[in-house]
Amino acid sequence: MTAYLAKRLAVGLATLFVASLVVFSVLEILPGDPARIMLGMNASPEALDALRSQMGLDRPVVLRYLDWLTGMATGDFGRSYTYSSPVVELVAERVAVSLPLAVMALTLSTAIAIPVGIFAAARRGRLSDTLAMGAAQVGVAIPNFWFAMLLVYVFAVGFRLLPAGGFPGWGEGWGGLWQGFKALLLPAVSLALPQAAILARVTRSAMLEVLGEDYIRTARAKGLPRRAVLWRHALRNALIPVLTILGLQFAFLLAGTIIIENVFYLPGLGRLIFQAISQRDLIVVEGVVMLLVASIIVVNLLVDICYAVADPRLRTGR
Amino acid sequence: MKTFATMLGAAAVLLASGSAALSARTDLVVGVVLEPPHLDPTAGAAAAIDEIVYANVFEGLTRIGPSGEVEPALAESWEVSDDGLTYTFKLREGVTFHDGTTFEAADVKFSLDRARAEDSTNAQKVLFSAIESVEAFDPTTVKITLRHPQGALPYNLGWGDAVIVAPESADANKEKPIGTGPFKFDNWAKGSSVTISKYADYWGEPVALEKAEFRFIPDAAASVPALLSGDVHTFPNLQAGDALPQIEADPRFEVVIGATEGETILATNNGKAPFDNLMVRQAIAHALDRDEIILGASAGNGVPIGSHFSPANAANIDLTDTYPHDVEKAKALLAEAGYPDGFSATLKLPPPPYARQGGEIVASQLREIGIELEIIPVEWAQWLEQVFTNKDYDLTIVSHTEPNDINIYAREGYYFNYDNPAFDAVMEELGATSDPAKRKELFGTAQRILAEDAVNGFLFQLPKTGVWDAKLEGMWENTPIQANDLTKVRWVE
Amino acid sequence: MSLDPVFTPAPERHVLMKALANRSFLIGLVVTGVIALMALVSFFWTPHDITRLQVAARMQGLSPAHPFGTDHMGRDILSMIMIGARNSIAVAIVAVGIGMGLGVPLGTWAAARGGWADEALMRVNDVVFAFPALLTAVMITAIFGPGAVNAIIAIGIFNVPVFARIARAGALSLWPREFILAARASGKGKALITIEHILPNIVSLLLVQGTIQFALGILAEAGLSYLGLGAQPPMPSWGRMLFEAQTRMAVAPHLALFPGLAIVVTVLGLNLLGDGLRDVLDPRLRRER
Repeated sequence: MTAYLAKRLAVGLATLFVASLVVFSVLEILPGDPARIMLGMNASPEALDALRSQMGLDRPVVLRYLDWLTGMATGDFGRSYTYSSPVVELVAERVAVSLPLAVMALTLSTAIAIPVGIFAAARRGRLSDTLAMGAAQVGVAIPNFWFAMLLVYVFAVGFRLLPAGGFPGWGEGWGGLWQGFKALLLPAVSLALPQAAILARVTRSAMLEVLGEDYIRTARAKGLPRRAVLWRHALRNALIPVLTILGLQFAFLLAGTIIIENVFYLPGLGRLIFQAISQRDLIVVEGVVMLLVASIIVVNLLVDICYAVADPRLRTGR
Repeated sequence: MKTFATMLGAAAVLLASGSAALSARTDLVVGVVLEPPHLDPTAGAAAAIDEIVYANVFEGLTRIGPSGEVEPALAESWEVSDDGLTYTFKLREGVTFHDGTTFEAADVKFSLDRARAEDSTNAQKVLFSAIESVEAFDPTTVKITLRHPQGALPYNLGWGDAVIVAPESADANKEKPIGTGPFKFDNWAKGSSVTISKYADYWGEPVALEKAEFRFIPDAAASVPALLSGDVHTFPNLQAGDALPQIEADPRFEVVIGATEGETILATNNGKAPFDNLMVRQAIAHALDRDEIILGASAGNGVPIGSHFSPANAANIDLTDTYPHDVEKAKALLAEAGYPDGFSATLKLPPPPYARQGGEIVASQLREIGIELEIIPVEWAQWLEQVFTNKDYDLTIVSHTEPNDINIYAREGYYFNYDNPAFDAVMEELGATSDPAKRKELFGTAQRILAEDAVNGFLFQLPKTGVWDAKLEGMWENTPIQANDLTKVRWVE
Repeated sequence: MSLDPVFTPAPERHVLMKALANRSFLIGLVVTGVIALMALVSFFWTPHDITRLQVAARMQGLSPAHPFGTDHMGRDILSMIMIGARNSIAVAIVAVGIGMGLGVPLGTWAAARGGWADEALMRVNDVVFAFPALLTAVMITAIFGPGAVNAIIAIGIFNVPVFARIARAGALSLWPREFILAARASGKGKALITIEHILPNIVSLLLVQGTIQFALGILAEAGLSYLGLGAQPPMPSWGRMLFEAQTRMAVAPHLALFPGLAIVVTVLGLNLLGDGLRDVLDPRLRRER
């Protein structure tokens, strides 16, 4: 078990290192001069040079890479070219939007999908199963940004119940919290729908697979009530594939909200990257990508640990 | 099912109650397109900086008013010596910066010297090029000596790049701007908004608003719902022209189509074949249908232009008929130029909707005469580098929003690659002329040269689509200078 | 995975009968067929010409002449959707092609070679999977310039590890089988065995995954186009149509309705087809879905 986890951890660290090389070298070839973007069309060449050396852009690439790497290891991600504030601060502001959004979307999709999946599995082949799975099929096929557009026009423009976009911040007290929550509700719903559809399908098939296993048949044959078998025995064993998908979805939600953030102009991590790319704020792009890569690796590691705990066969290594 | 419906209803009531708490307002949310890179107007060319801080947070000796006129600001009055070489500014008393320090003549000297300095990062150093020296005569008097007479000095000092800053806080202005304006800077939530609030110790007439938030909404698509849902009270320049009929029909909003200083042009690389051929440029001019472009690129708002000059300017002459829309003539010219079957070229388009949508229409119109354009969308960063700096382009669409900028055609190495000694001579003469009638005539000549040379495809004057809550008053209708002046804005019931 | 992912080969006529009896497969086949036909027809004929803009006729509602109305440039939306289908299908097919073309050789090679090759492949896979897919696609298109080709590459890259993983898993489970062992005993090389015996036996596996990736590719392309990073005008694309419709939605909702529906229907059709294929090709998996 320890050996297995140690190996996964080592692989994760190596991945992180390779990723840092890829990110840095790819972004180095990005066209566009950050100094010119900061100063605008009419800036003089001297002012440009002054700014370039101020930002350290005139130093050799290798040195900049090493500085960046050691900086990140100590928690210093550098300073944004465009905002001239520390990348860590910028990221922290954005995480305060992206993380709650991801958690809300995930909670929502899990709360919908798992009961639906179990329900459909329990009623396999009946009308309710067919309807639920049909709805899930459609849900998977709907682009979340289109769904978001529809939601905005119904709930924000039509009924004027919820904000159409923007994020007021978390504010003070319960009122402020409520404002923030309201601003994230439509985006979270748009993100949750396709995810819930996928999750419901996975839950259903995992349940069906488990229900077909011998030990469940044995349990049923022993005369255990159907409900108890479903919840106590089947669900626990069906959780492994569900957990895998959840891990994947969480990783997706952290970074994949970029389109939804654009629809609702939320100041989240995705928009930060999108903006930073167009402003050639390389140091921000590099920092955020590395952060996302790291969090994906951590999530995968957690899923691996859950696997190992749930399935002893895996502990002996793959 | 019934319980579900009841729950939905209850949730709806709950949600609605959260946003319904409105009372007499002193707050304002302004929607702006671009987020500024920082907030120091003396260290960057980005219009987005001035659109937040100009007149609100920072003030200069003078300021530009809603119709483009020069008004006194921190200088109460000024006098010009007879030879036109010395300006004496009388400063206001009792003015303080937002950090409590007192404003006096030394701050003026510091600010102007800083802007003019060798290592200054001021984006408009040319504004100060005539200044020989700045002297703080006494705490309320400043004397500016010029190298040569410059009647435009008070106007120049009204630009955002010439605002007065304090030596104690100047270096931190990018992040935490400290000025003398009626609003002080509160907070900048990066990527989201900048908040300013009323400055209690302001020297002049206090503002009606307690708090104003500039919210960055880069996406035209997101701006309409933001307005309709009441999240944003005003867009000084709404980018979504096609939604206007709907907003105009809504009694909650006021829509005013004003003018900007933005000449929207199909900029042409005059230094590159086949565009170095006058007949090719004339053919393009004949192929363009301005009305269709205006309809598609800015929802029918926008005044057609025939040269690089604002139709609102008194010296403007209508040259839109120099090369009227005529597809047959365009084809003939193209054939005569040696391209009977047309040719292919690229069209680089920066992000604003007028460029992206206008570009599609231009491409469609030029296809009529056999010119196949490949559309290449670029970010502003790439546009600056590829088109503006390296002149690596065939055609591009862009709006030149600086006021009175016809002289760019005389600039050497400007990205049009246009070189006409006759035009340069007119510009030179203009610089040395002060007689208004003569100046007007020279401006006319200059416009005509550009139109006849078909330097660029002259399309239309960019409209300012101001949209605000009908209960708001005091918003600017035009954009004589890049600013969103909130000092006169108030809510009325 | 506890399941052996390799399908049991079934007699051909049997498969055909089963396919026609499978509801998902049938619906999926018809829907996908209609969309593909629409795209094909658009090469020769569309109700209107969309290359010459008729701005004066902009944002018209539904009418016999324009069943889906016209867009903000006065173009016929039905024609735009037909040609847009071409774009979506082309991007998704080539992206799947890239994924299969690189992924399958890599995966089967790793399975055949084992050892360091296998390990290296899996580690590279780890790195690719560690990057958030959509965000990286956005970065790739932003760096190399927006356009259909770069969108294809951006989407295709993420298909490579998917197919490599599937092919490897499929191949690995085949190598210990008796008929492979027999082939090895007869002196055939690993490459030859892979081509002659392994590939034919993992084709159905790849086909099912290909359908799924195809549908994902269409969604990804729509997303990139929505952000302005996909195919550029004058080539219509469903995602960009939605982006352009967004500001005008309150004035002309049909602008957003039809491109959105086109995406939903196409993806739905492909997913049904994929599910159906899985059912038909592998009866053991049937109970799962």
